[in-house]
Amino acid sequence: MEQGLATIMSAAHIAAAFALFNGAFTTFGQARIAAQAIESMARQPEASSNIRTTMFLGLALAETSGIYGLLIAIIMLFANPLVNIYISLMG
Amino acid sequence: MLDIRNYWVVELAGIDVWITETIFNTWIIMAVLIVLAIIVRIGLKKFKEIPFGFQNAIEALVEMFNNFVNNTIGAELSYVAPWFFMIFAFVLTSCVLSTFGLRAPTTDYATTLAFSLATFFMMIVIGIRHRGGKYLKSLFEPYVVFFPINFIGELAKPVSLSFRLFGNMLSGTIILTLWYALTPTLLQIGIPAALHAFFDVLIGFLQTYIFVIISLMYIRGAAEE
Repeated sequence: MEQGLATIMSAAHIAAAFALFNGAFTTFGQARIAAQAIESMARQPEASSNIRTTMFLGLALAETSGIYGLLIAIIMLFANPLVNIYISLMG
Repeated sequence: MLDIRNYWVVELAGIDVWITETIFNTWIIMAVLIVLAIIVRIGLKKFKEIPFGFQNAIEALVEMFNNFVNNTIGAELSYVAPWFFMIFAFVLTSCVLSTFGLRAPTTDYATTLAFSLATFFMMIVIGIRHRGGKYLKSLFEPYVVFFPINFIGELAKPVSLSFRLFGNMLSGTIILTLWYALTPTLLQIGIPAALHAFFDVLIGFLQTYIFVIISLMYIRGAAEE
C-alpha cells in the first residue's frame, strides 16, 4: 500500500518536472517576440505604442502553453486524482 | 496552497452554502469598490466645468479607459467599456488585496471562470446582434464538416482566458507561500515586499490588462467580418 503510493507520488513528481520543462520553450518564444518588437520599435519609433500593444498580446498568447504546463504540474503535485483512485482500489 | 479555507456554512432553503475565503474576500473588494463609487457619486454633484484635483483624476481615469476601449474595438462597440472597467477595477483590486496577506479571489478558478464565461456569452450575444445569422454561419465556414473544429475553437477561448489569469495569480501566491513557509523569520522582514510588488502588483496589472484586451479582441472578432 505505502510502496504503491510512493511509486505514484514519485512518478507524479517526475511528470510535474517534465510538464514544467516546457517553460524553457515558452520563454524562448517570448524572448523572440520581445526581440522582434524592440527591433521594430527601434526602426519605427512613431509606431511604438501600436507595437507595444501587439507585443503584450503576443506575449500573453505565447504564455498560454507555459501556464497549462504549470497548472498540470500543480494538479499532479497537490490534487493528484491517481492517489484517490489507488486508495479506493486498495480499499 | 490549493486548499481554500471554508469559514462557515449557511443553510439557505435546504441548500448548504459554503462561505469560503474567496467569497469573503470578494465581499471585501466589493465593499471597497462600492465605497469608492459612492464617494465619487457624492463628489459628482460638485463637479465643475473646469476639472481640478480629485475630479481631474477621476475624469482622466475614465477617459483613459474609454480611449483604450475605443482604440481597441472601435466606436460602435464601445458600449462594453463600463463592464470592462468593472472587471479591470475588480481584478486589479484583488491583486492589490493579496499584498495585504489576504488570498486574492482570482486564485480561485471559479472567479476567473465566471469572468471568462461572461466574456464568452457577451461574445456570442454581440456577434448575433451585430452580424445576425452571419455570426452563426461563420461556425460552419468554410464547409459544414468543419463545425466541430470551429465549435471546439470557440469553447477553448474562455478556457484559455480563465486559465491564463488563474495560473499567473496562483503561481505568485504559491511562490509567496513557499517563501513564508521555508525561510527563517529574519528574511521575512523586507524581501517579501519586493516579491509582492513583482508577483502581485506588476504581474497582476499586466495580466489584468491582457485579460481585458484579449476579451475585447474576441468580442471584436465576433462582431466584425
